[in-house]
Amino acid sequence: MSEGRIRTRLDARSTLWAAALVLGILGTWEGACRLGNIPIFILPPPSAIAHTAVVKAGLLLPHAAVTFGEICLGIVLALATAIPLALVMFAKPTVEKALAPFLVASQAVPVFALAPLLVVWLGYGIASKVFMAWVIIFFPITISLLEGFKSCDPEYRVMFRLMEADFFTCLRLLYWPWALPRFFAGLKVGVTVATIGAVIGEWVGAQKGLGFLMIQSNARLQTDIVFAAILYLTAMGLGLWILVGHLEHRWVTRKR
Amino acid sequence: MLQVTHLTIQFDHAPILSRFNLSLAPGEFKVLVGPSGCGKSSFLDGLTGVTTPREGEIRWQGESLPHLGGKAAYMQQKDLLLPWADLLDNALLPARAAGRSIKAAREEARSYFQRLGLAGYEHHLPRQVSGGMRQRCALARTLMFDRELILLDEPLSALDAITRRSLQSLLLLLQTEFKKTLLMITHDIEEALILADEVCLLSSRPMEIRETFVLDSPKPRDFTDPKLMEIKAHVLDQLQREAGHV
Repeated sequence: MSEGRIRTRLDARSTLWAAALVLGILGTWEGACRLGNIPIFILPPPSAIAHTAVVKAGLLLPHAAVTFGEICLGIVLALATAIPLALVMFAKPTVEKALAPFLVASQAVPVFALAPLLVVWLGYGIASKVFMAWVIIFFPITISLLEGFKSCDPEYRVMFRLMEADFFTCLRLLYWPWALPRFFAGLKVGVTVATIGAVIGEWVGAQKGLGFLMIQSNARLQTDIVFAAILYLTAMGLGLWILVGHLEHRWVTRKR
Repeated sequence: MLQVTHLTIQFDHAPILSRFNLSLAPGEFKVLVGPSGCGKSSFLDGLTGVTTPREGEIRWQGESLPHLGGKAAYMQQKDLLLPWADLLDNALLPARAAGRSIKAAREEARSYFQRLGLAGYEHHLPRQVSGGMRQRCALARTLMFDRELILLDEPLSALDAITRRSLQSLLLLLQTEFKKTLLMITHDIEEALILADEVCLLSSRPMEIRETFVLDSPKPRDFTDPKLMEIKAHVLDQLQREAGHV
């Protein structure tokens, strides 16, 4: 109990420090803008960004909804493909050996450079952005899950073999729960970078979405809207990260 | 009932076992004692199918088998409890793996928990209980395999002396109450003499049975019995000789 209390106190203290740091940075920024008379189209102060984020919500939210939809679809698609692939690679080492070089090589390809091509192939709609997000998240989830499966202690496997458990029983009772912590580590990375994929996709060619709005506003020197869009994107990334962290706590941390 | 003949296991062309023979009668508690690194664990790996023997035969109830997977339960030094599952769920694993009715299995597991002094700990996680409790749970899980033969690989080595004593009497229960046939390997001669009907002293590699001691005094045994003390002194002497310390 006392340990819990100490932890709470530490948590409270570190939260306080984090808040002080954020306030310090924002204060410096605000002060520099005001004292230095920096034009608002070069660098708007935080107060102006917050103001725009609220006042222009009617403009920003519909675009944000599109981007958020692309990100979520990308994540769902990545989960739907990464989990089966990791499973097959784990169950059949020959498949892993055959695919591993391609997976690694695919990561060496600068995916962002593909964005213009994706627009050509998949059009200006959400498909090219979802694909972009999917490509980016797919790899960390597959690899982390595969590594999670493979990290299972061989002695446990021997025990399950003596129980004459088939592969799917082992998967359900042993491999999957064993891999969960690593899976979540990969998923956390995935959901935060998914935002990047969707926005890059929108930069290259789109008719909707925060990335599209940023390019438009940037061209018109509406820097405050660009920043407000970044604020929205950050909130989305953070929200997804917190959601995954919550699921992780519920399925992993609390039980071990 | 268990008959191992001419079992040969090699590792990097060096024989660990060479034409090793062993037999186990129903209901017997046999303990193999040997110097560390003599190949005891490799022998069990051969029996459980972790390694494939080069030659030899494993017969179980007259049937020749490649290994004992599916016929024997296995308990090791490590408790191998799943850290995310509570003790009852851990004990239920063999039932789940075999696709048995969980309701009936739960009743069975609860009765083992009662018998092994685990009642009240059903919903604790492994990390919340002591090493001795975890090993009791591993014992309950071993019983849940529902197999006649139990292989024990230094099951109590990781425990402190006092916990060990109480667990030894539970191991005896496997034989007396649950009518299991037991094959244990250990490097603890004292434990072997307390528990076994027959103690086999092993040589270093290639592993062979050097001497066999048949112990027919009633169990649980008092270790101050001069006959046991004498065997212990002799075996320790032999083990030291094997290890090359004399």
